[in-house]
Amino acid sequence: MLIKANRGTAMGPGRVNLMFMNSVVLFGVLLTAIPFIYMITASFRDQGELYSLPVTIMPREWHGHNYQKLFGDTNFVIWYGNTIFTAGVRTVLGVYFAALAGAAFAKYNFRFKRFFFFLVLATLTLPFQVLLVPLFLMMVDFGWVDTYWAVIVPGIVIAFNIFLMRQYIESVPDELMDAARIDGASEFGIFHRIIIPLVRPALGVVAILTFVNTWNDFLWPLIVLHDDTKYMLALGIATMEGPYDVEIGAIMAASFLSTLPILIVFVLMQRQIIAGLTQGAIRG
Amino acid sequence: MPAHTLTTGDSSQRFSIADWWSRNQRRVIPYIFLAPFLLSFLVFTVYPAGAAFFLSFQRVRGFISQEEGGGVVLEYKGLDNYERLLTKDKRFGTAIMNGAEFAIGTVLIQMPIALGMALLMNAPHVRFKVLARLAFFAPYITSAIVVGWIFTLIFQDRYGLLNGALAALGIEGVGWLTNKTFVMPALIILGLWTWCGYNSLFFLAGLQNVPDDLKEAARIDGANTIRVFWHITIPFLRPVFVFVVITGLIGSFSLFSQPYLLFDSGSGPGDAGLFPVMYLFFMGFENFRMGYASAIGYLLTAIILLITGLQLLLFRLWRV
Repeated sequence: MLIKANRGTAMGPGRVNLMFMNSVVLFGVLLTAIPFIYMITASFRDQGELYSLPVTIMPREWHGHNYQKLFGDTNFVIWYGNTIFTAGVRTVLGVYFAALAGAAFAKYNFRFKRFFFFLVLATLTLPFQVLLVPLFLMMVDFGWVDTYWAVIVPGIVIAFNIFLMRQYIESVPDELMDAARIDGASEFGIFHRIIIPLVRPALGVVAILTFVNTWNDFLWPLIVLHDDTKYMLALGIATMEGPYDVEIGAIMAASFLSTLPILIVFVLMQRQIIAGLTQGAIRG
Repeated sequence: MPAHTLTTGDSSQRFSIADWWSRNQRRVIPYIFLAPFLLSFLVFTVYPAGAAFFLSFQRVRGFISQEEGGGVVLEYKGLDNYERLLTKDKRFGTAIMNGAEFAIGTVLIQMPIALGMALLMNAPHVRFKVLARLAFFAPYITSAIVVGWIFTLIFQDRYGLLNGALAALGIEGVGWLTNKTFVMPALIILGLWTWCGYNSLFFLAGLQNVPDDLKEAARIDGANTIRVFWHITIPFLRPVFVFVVITGLIGSFSLFSQPYLLFDSGSGPGDAGLFPVMYLFFMGFENFRMGYASAIGYLLTAIILLITGLQLLLFRLWRV
């Protein structure tokens, strides 16, 4: 059987073909990985070595002083804390609100349901950038510039998340909800004790995507945060060269440390995340 | 619906609200469930969208000092902002053209590579599938700022990784970020690295959705591999093509963080790295021309909706 398969029959591609296919996939993986590897190795290199010939990926000498500089000379730890806090709050509230709206669309009939759902779809297509100027003026009016409110509150309910949650919640059996109603459960009780536990995996995926988006957000924090101690990670890392005149090695160290938690979560949950994301697209 | 009608006259008076609630909650609850969305939508989308619309016909005349309460003085200018953008402002035209160039470049190069990668990852006996899935998704979840910094190093003239690799092949390197001609290719390389693998995962999900028995039936009817691919697999991937093309287009016109970082908060040599949202940002938040920036926002939205609509129409024609 094995020998037959290797000759290239209906069993599968031949050995040479298979080797070629494997190496193409591996080459793609390598091309994708090199910039990440370069980021990590550059964070352990001396500036002088990084700017010398010949160009190499691996350091000739490993140094830790980029990390010392990062923690000693910048507000990196504060930015990290700010980002964990705002991304955390935004994710918990945002996903809860999206699940509520998703449940309303999936499991209830009410007046203007179609119109409200049209609103959700409309926000999906409206580019956020149109709103930048008036939203900023609004933040000034509210006195929210340089506060966490400005990063957390506007756009906390993400239309795409409502859309995803509606799809997931539709699979919750109506009979289960009706049985709970007969037992005297309130609608909020049904939401918390039946719907939420049943869609927990989907909820996790939506939460991670929301968290990652807030974690990486740059344009909006750039507009509403001007005080260095209020910065989020992406904004802080983007400004490192200017005011601090930090060496590129330290910037790479910051880049590496800020990407690490996201990558770890993704490695642990990649199957669910990719399935959750791609599902909408293949159904059209 | 559980209606608690077993209460006596006295207590029904006392518990009338609770009673009404228990009879009507199923009718009322969807509005309560929707309330956070609707509130956020009204305050942070409808109102600013309206404000931006009015702003786009106005011009900032001056600023009120902090002592007098702060704020801006506006005056109506009719269609001036739009007229200027469409007829006189060359930088806006450059930004739109760059967006279009980037969109065409990334989508056209990326689609065949992404589809090919997905076919490989879907083929039986091919290895490294889990590894490839991990690697291809990683750039997408990495912050655009981090990507920007890494590629600042990679695209460097003298000590950059890309020019180093070219030198090893005996090719003389170029100024990827300093030479006007190579700015767009550099950005497209960055775009491919970020989105190509990501899109291949969508193609892969689409391929796994093609029913095997359909392909089998076609093969029994005598169709060869290429015909099966062309007449069964490709039509099944239609929604993925729609998704990849449309998100690619919208993303191209909204590109901001990567070029903003690569060109040191600027627009690159000769505006070669200027994109529409960057231009909006420069006008609104560096020159404080809020009205003009709002007009850019609306024109950009109109262009994006127009292109998206056109794409959807084209894809609809394809179905027939």
